[in-house]
Amino acid sequence: MNTTRISVGPLLYYWSRQSTLDFYAGVADSAVDDVYLGETVCSRRHELRLDDWLEVAAMLRDAGKTAIMSSQALIESESDLKALRRMVAQADFRVEANDMSAVRLLAEAGRKDWIAGPTLNIFNPDTMQLMMEAGATRWVVAPEMSGEAMAALLSEMQTRPETEVLAWGRLPLAHSARCFTARHFNLQKDTCEFRCLGMSDGIVLRTREGEPFLTLNGVQTQSARVHNLLADLPEVARQADVLRISPQGSHTLDVIALFREALDGQTSALAAFERSAEWMVDRACNGFWHGKPGLELQLPAGAKS
Amino acid sequence: MQSIELVCPAGSLPALKTAVDNGADCVYVGFKDATNARNFTGLNFDPKAMREGVNYAHARKRKVLLALNTYPQAHNWADWTAAIDRAADFGIDAVILADPGLMAYAAKTHPQLRLHLSVQGSATSYEAINFYHERFGIQRAVLPRVLSLPQVEQVIANTPVEIEVFGFGGLCVMVEGRCALSAYATGESPNCNGACSPGKHVRWEQTPKGMETRLNGILIDRFDDSERAGYPTLCKGRFEVNDETYYAIEEPTSLNTLELLPDLARVGVRAIKIEGRQRSPAYVAQVTRVWRAAIDKVLAGADRFTIQPAWMEELAKVSEGRSHTLGAYYRPWK
Repeated sequence: MNTTRISVGPLLYYWSRQSTLDFYAGVADSAVDDVYLGETVCSRRHELRLDDWLEVAAMLRDAGKTAIMSSQALIESESDLKALRRMVAQADFRVEANDMSAVRLLAEAGRKDWIAGPTLNIFNPDTMQLMMEAGATRWVVAPEMSGEAMAALLSEMQTRPETEVLAWGRLPLAHSARCFTARHFNLQKDTCEFRCLGMSDGIVLRTREGEPFLTLNGVQTQSARVHNLLADLPEVARQADVLRISPQGSHTLDVIALFREALDGQTSALAAFERSAEWMVDRACNGFWHGKPGLELQLPAGAKS
Repeated sequence: MQSIELVCPAGSLPALKTAVDNGADCVYVGFKDATNARNFTGLNFDPKAMREGVNYAHARKRKVLLALNTYPQAHNWADWTAAIDRAADFGIDAVILADPGLMAYAAKTHPQLRLHLSVQGSATSYEAINFYHERFGIQRAVLPRVLSLPQVEQVIANTPVEIEVFGFGGLCVMVEGRCALSAYATGESPNCNGACSPGKHVRWEQTPKGMETRLNGILIDRFDDSERAGYPTLCKGRFEVNDETYYAIEEPTSLNTLELLPDLARVGVRAIKIEGRQRSPAYVAQVTRVWRAAIDKVLAGADRFTIQPAWMEELAKVSEGRSHTLGAYYRPWK
């Protein structure tokens, strides 16, 4: 049995309360080990509030999963900070810090078990060491960092953090103060009418040649292509302790099962990659892992893309 | 009223001298390599130019700030620490850093060296800024272009760190330091390579449909004969969303907060930054002159401040897309 853990990253889209609860009920029955919960993208999204998320976390814990609360990536207002303080104050679940404000609050609270999220920009051993001294035990690698750069960082650490890599999902590429979904509907963010609610996978942005390029998800911009490391699995699993699957509108549970099968050697990495094609919302990419432009796809010889 | 420093860009020695001559309090510069976020061909300072620039500014009682605001990795870490050592050796007045590991190095190795938190550090709240202050003693933070004016005021009220904001120039729509769009399209990012939408990936092509601009093959925009074709910065192209073609992320426009200057002064902003190390000395001269005059007027009495039409005309001439916006300071922009 392979010991690599599988995690479900925070839900980046805004689904209805019922769809969200149904999704996590399914996750409770899946082969996942760790589940990241909470709203990380936009403070206006309120289908579930912190207390609701904590209930989901408790349900998952009862199902044998490790639940982790993820903090909002872009902190703008005092009420954002208030929400963050409440998340840090609860002691039942670990916290993923996605901004230095969370790092400060977690360190101040003496927490020694937090997860350094992908937006903290940890790119070198010295910064990693500082985060660990502040209480981080796990590192979620920034998606733009290559496998090679990640390995180089880890090789210089005296104590290695648990390391988590995004292995499936549209790439979270940028955050803004501006909401691009509201902008698309000629609305302002403050009066956005919650138009992103129910968009299962965001809105695709295409070039003027019709090529899918990016995905608009409120204040977040994602890739259109699906970052998919299934074909790279043997190497990725050698380097990383945890593989993150980012929730998508459908088939997330199928993807989780496929990763588990591939990790446990019941199916080859390449076969798994080929099987995953029907569950992708767009074409695959894995360029970042290989130190290339993120939208590129690099496959071993003989693979079908 | 507290003084407000005017912080101007220089991508070359002539630009530095121009900024100083036209009234900049501080000039910010970068070395000729990936250690800063404007790593463009033909731009920035070699050691000789740096020494001369620092001497020129210091002789006139102005400051030189050095941007070392990209994120080093394990394989090139030594290049960044060497750059900090050189900065200290050159008598640079402050280094502008984004990476916590580098801040720790600077604080330990050169305790007298003043540290500024770069906009690339993505610190948008006082909790984040105070983290860098407590751990590394940063004395100033440059705010990402995401906060509204009351939010800026809230930050200032809750931190001992001086706050610098962007006043004018090219506008990043995304939180600086949190944008991998260029990395996704070209493999080169502001965070790790100091470049966004780099020129070597750009192609201009006249086609029957119009002038097409591409970035690593990706069509960013297409212009008909009546339009002025702009540089394909990838967040400022026209794209299709649900069959509608428009500037889905942002128009090619510049940030211009001149009209907010009295408010920025009132809430306690300590420095105004002008973007544009990649721009010409002529741009630096024009923009520095206008902002020097405006800041002097505000410092003489904010209530008597009125915008002179000539200022706006001067700035409009050098604006990207010849238009400007208040950006996130103005809530409806969001």
